[in-house]
Amino acid sequence: MRDFVSRRAQLIPPSGIRKFFDLVLTMQDVISLGVGEPDFSTPWTICESSIYSIEQGVTSYTSNKGLQSLREALSRYLGEHYHLTYNCDNEIIITSGVSEGLDITIRAIVNPGDEVIIAQPSYVSYAPCVTLAGGVPVPVECREIDTFKLNPDALQEQITPRTKALIINFPNNPTGAVMRKEDLGAIADIVTDHDLLLISDEVYAELTYEGKHVATATVKDLWERTITLNGFSKAYAMTGWRVGYVCAPETLCDAALKIHQYVMLCAPVMSQVAALEALRSAEDDKNRMVNEYRLRRNMFVTGLNRIGLSCHVPEGAFYAFPSVAETGLSEVDFSERLLKEQRVAVVPGSAFGVGGADHLRCAYAVSRKQLTEALGRMETFIAGL
Amino acid sequence: MDDKDLDLLRIVEENGRLSAEELAVMTTLSARDVEARLHALEEARVIRKYTAVINWEKTGNGEVSAIIELKVSPERDFGYDRIAERLSRFNQVKSLRLITGTYDLQLMVTGKNMQEVSRFVSEHVAPTDRIRETATHIIMKSYKENGNVLFEQQEAERLPYSF
Repeated sequence: MRDFVSRRAQLIPPSGIRKFFDLVLTMQDVISLGVGEPDFSTPWTICESSIYSIEQGVTSYTSNKGLQSLREALSRYLGEHYHLTYNCDNEIIITSGVSEGLDITIRAIVNPGDEVIIAQPSYVSYAPCVTLAGGVPVPVECREIDTFKLNPDALQEQITPRTKALIINFPNNPTGAVMRKEDLGAIADIVTDHDLLLISDEVYAELTYEGKHVATATVKDLWERTITLNGFSKAYAMTGWRVGYVCAPETLCDAALKIHQYVMLCAPVMSQVAALEALRSAEDDKNRMVNEYRLRRNMFVTGLNRIGLSCHVPEGAFYAFPSVAETGLSEVDFSERLLKEQRVAVVPGSAFGVGGADHLRCAYAVSRKQLTEALGRMETFIAGL
Repeated sequence: MDDKDLDLLRIVEENGRLSAEELAVMTTLSARDVEARLHALEEARVIRKYTAVINWEKTGNGEVSAIIELKVSPERDFGYDRIAERLSRFNQVKSLRLITGTYDLQLMVTGKNMQEVSRFVSEHVAPTDRIRETATHIIMKSYKENGNVLFEQQEAERLPYSF
């Protein structure tokens, strides 16, 4: 029989943490700091609105772009919170999570052989999405000495005549790094000089703990060459609902919409109703959760530094990214032994691409009690090395 | 009162048993500073008390609680204050509020059994001057107290790893 798997699918490497996943399923009493989602349930007002709409028979397709009411609310929200101006009629698409938004965006812009620079360490799906679209992912390392921000010189070095776009994600998964206005300004100049497109995944925007999030598209002249990706998963504890959105100038939005309408048609209507309610009435719930993450961050990062895992203070998202260099173990060995010996699950930093070696991603989206217990176990583990 | 004070208040409102050291790491203050701030908040009577939320049903003590609403004729110069303060002196009265609507004051009263609550209302509350009408609602079951759900909730299943 022929090998039916496409070359593109074959190009995608297997998940870096498969063996950890298999291992953890055989174990009891594991504290997992390996999850990339809030530990809160979706605020009930959001759930209840969605349930009510289902009872009312709201179960059909929506417009490909998404519910008009949701796009209108979103357009207002983005303006009020981030000074972003996107027209609800032709510059916003509601997607099935940021994941889908990312995929249709990349497919809308990449020609075979186009290079797409990815600021790493990064969320794991950027590179595979570029590969699947026929493009070539080119990592650029965000280094610890730059507090994991994207360094303009490092970016400059990766640009070739084939470079089409740059993907950034700040506040960052897995480092928690945040780019301030001046940081983005330096990147903006390079992007504009080389006539690149910027894909900015801002799904952790609401989880910014010092100062306010600066939306990439509001910096200098970036609006016309930026695709803003965002969603409801992290800020409103709505991961399972799968609602995100793509915002971009009309030409780009139209191209992405063509792909969206054939692969997804529309985001689930019950989830769109929930998202609308989130914008309307879950501001307090969101603030309460963000405040709790901030307290946990302070507690957890102080704890990590105390037990000998040096860690910069992440200014956003809900991840700490400590270094294990002092322990003499690689990040993979450290993670595997920590899981086996002390039943704490963390993700080795190398799973997030270049710049992740010698680091761990620890999500602090777990209760304070669990964080304290996890720190205790990690301390015991390190003491025994 | 600054952001750090508000942080401390939110944390201790939810859990009053954390040590100064634990509060210090969460708020990025020193333990000494935490103690000084809490002391100042206690002195200013912003923090009234550190207490526990208890599900008494589980202790099987059979206590009865009731919400009692009162129509009150206010007094010249004092409004509802004097009568409310007078009722507040009873240990049986756990909370007392002035409210809008059909009734004026709302009390939460507890007693060992239904007879005790009913005797308290008929002997000590209803005959008080200026109270024109009472309505007593016995609490049958409590599902949520001070923001805390008292029934068991199913934990959602989360993947051990996700990106």
